[in-house]
Amino acid sequence: MITVTNASLKYDNRFIFRDLRFTLPTGKIGAILGSNGRGKTSLLKAIVGLQKLSGGSIQATGSIGYVAQKTEITFSYTVLDIVVMGRAPHVKMFRVPSVEDYEIARKTLIDLRLDHLVDRPYSRLSGGERQLVMIARALASGCRILVLDEPTSALDLANQLVIFQSLQKVAKKSGLTVLMTTHAPQQVSLMCDYVLLMHNAEESEWGEVDSTLNAENLERLYGIPMREVKVSETEKTFVPLISTTEI
Amino acid sequence: MEPGDAKLGYFRSNLTWLYWALVAALALSILIALGQGRYEIDFYSVSLILLENIATVSESWKPVDERIVELIRLPRIIVAGIAGAGLAVAGAALQGIFKNPLVGPQIIGVSSGAAFGGAFAILVSESQVLLVSLAFVFGLLAIALVYIVSRQNGRASILMLVLSGIVISAFFSALVSLTKFVADPDDKLPAIVFWLMGSFASASYEKVSLIGLPVVFGIVVIYLLRFQLNVLSLGDEQAQSLGLEVEKIRWIVLAAIALVSAAVVAAAGVIGWVGLVIPHFSRMLCGPDHKVLIPVSALVGAIYLIHVDTVARTISPAEIPVGIITALIGAPIFAYLLRKASDKGWSAE
Repeated sequence: MITVTNASLKYDNRFIFRDLRFTLPTGKIGAILGSNGRGKTSLLKAIVGLQKLSGGSIQATGSIGYVAQKTEITFSYTVLDIVVMGRAPHVKMFRVPSVEDYEIARKTLIDLRLDHLVDRPYSRLSGGERQLVMIARALASGCRILVLDEPTSALDLANQLVIFQSLQKVAKKSGLTVLMTTHAPQQVSLMCDYVLLMHNAEESEWGEVDSTLNAENLERLYGIPMREVKVSETEKTFVPLISTTEI
Repeated sequence: MEPGDAKLGYFRSNLTWLYWALVAALALSILIALGQGRYEIDFYSVSLILLENIATVSESWKPVDERIVELIRLPRIIVAGIAGAGLAVAGAALQGIFKNPLVGPQIIGVSSGAAFGGAFAILVSESQVLLVSLAFVFGLLAIALVYIVSRQNGRASILMLVLSGIVISAFFSALVSLTKFVADPDDKLPAIVFWLMGSFASASYEKVSLIGLPVVFGIVVIYLLRFQLNVLSLGDEQAQSLGLEVEKIRWIVLAAIALVSAAVVAAAGVIGWVGLVIPHFSRMLCGPDHKVLIPVSALVGAIYLIHVDTVARTISPAEIPVGIITALIGAPIFAYLLRKASDKGWSAE
């Protein structure tokens, strides 16, 4: 569970966001939507502990794993080397990962169907594979909460689906709580339980996806016309109505 | 893994073989170096002289041969080997901490800091222990200053890091000049100048212990933190989000680096470029994992400096300071690496 209470962040006396409040229950998937510069990444970093808040507090039950938007790694470590680094919180100072730590890393890779990449250098992976390896590294830490910053922003549609299906699978299987930022409302409507809409510094909306995510809210969020589209009997999605003739 | 992958290390899948090859190369280098010099001793005699220490061998060599091998050349070779191993490991650890394969103890200012500490110690006292201590204190101070100056908003860009290194080095070089300026020109000044040039000529068994203890201790500390170094080499943000005690571990490693560099500087003066070139080369052999990179760098560094020192004392009748040769070899290699990596490691991030 993640509980954010009156969280505020200020840069140069200007509020990025103010008095944010929401609770994401255990085992649920939450999404944060908002235009660029709304402070989505800062909020995630504050939850992870990489960013100080100007006010308010954040409580998380259980350890948090973090996957950044894009992860550059200078040295060419192999996938297994990198995933085992997820065990860092369990490795004492002056010690190295145990046989069990390596087993956990391998098992996580198998769970995400990445076992064929074990010995490959990270630098040789595709964008989708890298993102999955980063998710594996976070999961290998044994975290109960997974926080992801735009996990699919650099990926093609097929790879976006792979990431989301993997996330949904592990969330269901192990009761993981997932919170992510995204620019894709259509994905939120299909896979998330809760959504935070960051309209501006003062106003935001949190609620269950079914009741909170609608075309009207999204139009307000992005300032462009949106339309609701039915995917199946039970599922709906949203598409922007962008036309060059209107511009 | 593709065969012959430089980034992963050409011999990554044959590590046992690599270790044995390096150990054999080190042993061979020592034997060759023991025979080389103005007074040449053949390989066979050298082996027998050494063997005599642990087994009974009929003496087929002149007594002077044994004295040269065991009292003059052996301590010098041991000091050179320890210095090479120490500088290479210090460089490998620095490159990990700053997540950049293009930094070394010299670029980061620790050598100049240690040089000032040592020069000042010579000025005020005769004590070797004070020399090592002050070299260590000022080496660490230099590293700390570079670290503080280069950081903006909690992170150090590589450009800032290198520029800070230049600034801090310049500052300590000025202090070294000041020390020379006030030193007694008949007595202290030659001692400082000779020491600064970097040479193993004054090596003795006393120096072996002087340099050996701190260097081995520093290498052991760095090796024990090999996994933490891997995590740290991902960068602060990743390391922190992976739950590593970033600041604490970084300072322990920095202190170990300063200790190693200072001990080497104290025993042999400023020897540049080893810590930059050797880890880079070692990474090509065994890959970036510090678990293997640290021991491989130590072995390669030792082999390298033993050979460089042999060249330094044999190439001309008058001995050439080692620092000159390592710079002549290191600078062009560095320039090459710089051009090759200019699209990556040196960007503003």
